[in-house]
Amino acid sequence: MKRFLIVESRDPFEAASFAARNGLHVALAGDAEVTVFLVENAVLAARAAVAAIVLGGLRAAGVQVLADEFALQERGIAAGQLAAGVEAASLDRLVVELGRGAKAIWC
Amino acid sequence: MTTPSLTVLMMDAPYEQSRTTTAFRLLDAALRNGFAVHVFAYEGAVSLPSPRQRPHANALHGRTVEEEAHPTPHAWVSALMRLAEELKLPFEWVNCGLCVDERGADEAVAGVRRGSPADFWKMAGESTNTLVIATR
Repeated sequence: MKRFLIVESRDPFEAASFAARNGLHVALAGDAEVTVFLVENAVLAARAAVAAIVLGGLRAAGVQVLADEFALQERGIAAGQLAAGVEAASLDRLVVELGRGAKAIWC
Repeated sequence: MTTPSLTVLMMDAPYEQSRTTTAFRLLDAALRNGFAVHVFAYEGAVSLPSPRQRPHANALHGRTVEEEAHPTPHAWVSALMRLAEELKLPFEWVNCGLCVDERGADEAVAGVRRGSPADFWKMAGESTNTLVIATR
């Protein structure tokens, strides 16, 4: 099965393209395994209070959503604040996905 | 078993974007996970290994150079090279030659070599995977 790894770095509240890409991720998930790895300001989307708005239908579409634990810590976002279905992860997970041959796109 | 390998293309100049820090963390993680690592520095990223970067004090906060411990990307490049050596893994850093010439960024820490986009093509073709961290 095809695998895609999207590294999302943009603040979802500043970059309109963030929401536009969610549609792409959902479409890709139709016949591929898709992982969205949130880094830097993109981890602001991982919070339970806003995920329903800014992560759209990603989780319902089966997209794996990971959030860089370092970026979460930098921004004072605790594990208890994460939305259901969003997992804090180290960059080791990103490396593993790359090693598995996922087509990787940095946004 | 074949050593997995990762090629990363970086484009941002030092001290401009948090992408640089994330990229260095990724390179570190790749080595620690047993990957051979190939870096192609393009455009402003050719200044990352410049030994001319100097740490500074922070007068506003009353901190000395030592207390401020200001990070310099060239030290990170060298640290990655040392880590790779310790782990006995290949690590190469290639600076785009034209980008170097444009910026007068001729100086680089030991181990960095001059190359061209053809090197990136070769690296990508020979690697398990490739990640382009583009500027915007």
